[in-house]
Amino acid sequence: MALRDGFVAQGAVAVETPILQPAELLLDLYGEDIRARAYVTSDALRGEQMLRPDFTVPVVQMHMAHGAEPARYTYAGEVFRRQEDDPDRANEFLQVGYEVFDRVNPAAADAEVFALFAQAVAHLGLRAATGDIGILTSAVNGLRTTERRKAALRRHIWRPRRFRTLLDRFAGRADIPETRQALLDGTAVSHAPLIGLRGPSEIRERVDALRSDAAEPPISAVEMDGLDALLAVRETLPFAVQHLRDLAVDLPAIARAVSKMEARIEALSARGVDVDTLEFETSFGRTSMEYYDGFVFGFYAESRPDLPAIASGGRYDALTRRLGNGQEIPAVGGVLRPGLMVDLEVAT
Amino acid sequence: MTVKLGVPSKGRLMEKTFEWFAKRGVTLSRTGSDREYAGAVDGIEGVTLVLLSAGEIPRELAAGRIHLGVTGTDLIHEKLPLWEQQVEPVEELGFGNADLVLAVPQGWVDVDLTDDLDAVAAMFRARHGFRLRIATKYHRLVREFLREAGVADYALVDSQGATEGTVANETAEAIADITSSGETLRANHLKVLSDGLILASQATLWRSRGAALDDADRIVLRALLERLG
Repeated sequence: MALRDGFVAQGAVAVETPILQPAELLLDLYGEDIRARAYVTSDALRGEQMLRPDFTVPVVQMHMAHGAEPARYTYAGEVFRRQEDDPDRANEFLQVGYEVFDRVNPAAADAEVFALFAQAVAHLGLRAATGDIGILTSAVNGLRTTERRKAALRRHIWRPRRFRTLLDRFAGRADIPETRQALLDGTAVSHAPLIGLRGPSEIRERVDALRSDAAEPPISAVEMDGLDALLAVRETLPFAVQHLRDLAVDLPAIARAVSKMEARIEALSARGVDVDTLEFETSFGRTSMEYYDGFVFGFYAESRPDLPAIASGGRYDALTRRLGNGQEIPAVGGVLRPGLMVDLEVAT
Repeated sequence: MTVKLGVPSKGRLMEKTFEWFAKRGVTLSRTGSDREYAGAVDGIEGVTLVLLSAGEIPRELAAGRIHLGVTGTDLIHEKLPLWEQQVEPVEELGFGNADLVLAVPQGWVDVDLTDDLDAVAAMFRARHGFRLRIATKYHRLVREFLREAGVADYALVDSQGATEGTVANETAEAIADITSSGETLRANHLKVLSDGLILASQATLWRSRGAALDDADRIVLRALLERLG
């Protein structure tokens, strides 16, 4: 509660959300994988419900429904995570969060959130990691290839392995599967009656899409090398931003995202964050929940590599768009895990 | 105490298991009336037969209430996420072969790989406004398989029986189910994806890692395993 009060002192409104969340919305946002992470229950009236796996979605919903702008919220409460692989991970734990909805100065909001969390965990000597999903997204958007290919890549930004497979295919670096070739040649046929909801027009649409894709030139070697270099960027912020600036020569589409990053570095610096030693990794945050689309950060205990992030967060503009019924607002936030913090405090 | 051996309580799986043990000099039999789930073990002292549904044997092994149990690999993997820590395979019994596979309509000429399924799932969701439905009762195994394969935009719908019929009935677009010969799939105009083998399963004798043993039990268990090995 002291942590939450600290956020209230920063001007945040303390809010509460229901523990039971409608499952359908979370499934639509995260896909079936959320079932592996959230507890599902149900009743005959409301159907499937999930024990909240995090606060962000209900807080965004609440803000989009009747929030004034700009807004800062804080909360403290339990979240529930189903554990299937590691019995040592908690399935129920406290989270304290801070979320900022502000369209005036996103760089300042990013810096505000990061600095507050850095301050809250400063006594624990944690390693901070940062990234920016927006860099990769803008690089994909700027590729000189079809919108269909870009959409396929964007859809799998959060699945690095699948992303790589698609990228190699679009660059002509992967063999075409035999059955795919047969389909393109028109020799794949079936005499079975077509059953189910997916109709003949849908199959034709996909075959046509595959044929027109096969006629497209591959993504160029220059762009592929640029993407590879981009994904490999992992250094302190000043070097990272210099490196990305250089890469913007071959990938001009990232220039705007890099400018935003520069503005963020300035804002962080103005907040007293030592940006010269702060790590940046382009791929950071790509395997966590799908809603982050810009700045991302995490704080880790180096002495306890078995622990998840002690604090983490990021920017989720697109989520407000999806939950906003036509409205949207830039938003950034993060969460702390007081339970883990106490463990670390006891250990030191 | 005695060493407890869990065996499927009915059907071909029970008969085949009895045969397999008999060949190794351990006679298992049901006692009492046809309807009573009680059994006897001859040929070795200190072993008790526990007749259970094949689906309950994983749980009993994990809880340590039985020392040995016969059930399919599919059920162990689906029901025990940490199966390697809880049970250990002793012998594959060579019957009860069944593969858990991912199948789609034969008429989907454009789908042969999970890669195709992922692309189709995206288009399906855009057109119909809901995620492509896959009917199964093996939720965990299927979800892990699809995550590994990088398939998104699907929904698992629970189907505890007649799963092959769900596509024609338009309650699912694809299925993941156990098949031994593939005949039922073909009869329902479905085909297995070329990379759609989720798990190859067969009846297997498992040993619980957590079941308590006293010294006498330990001697009996060693003698029994020697006989069976």
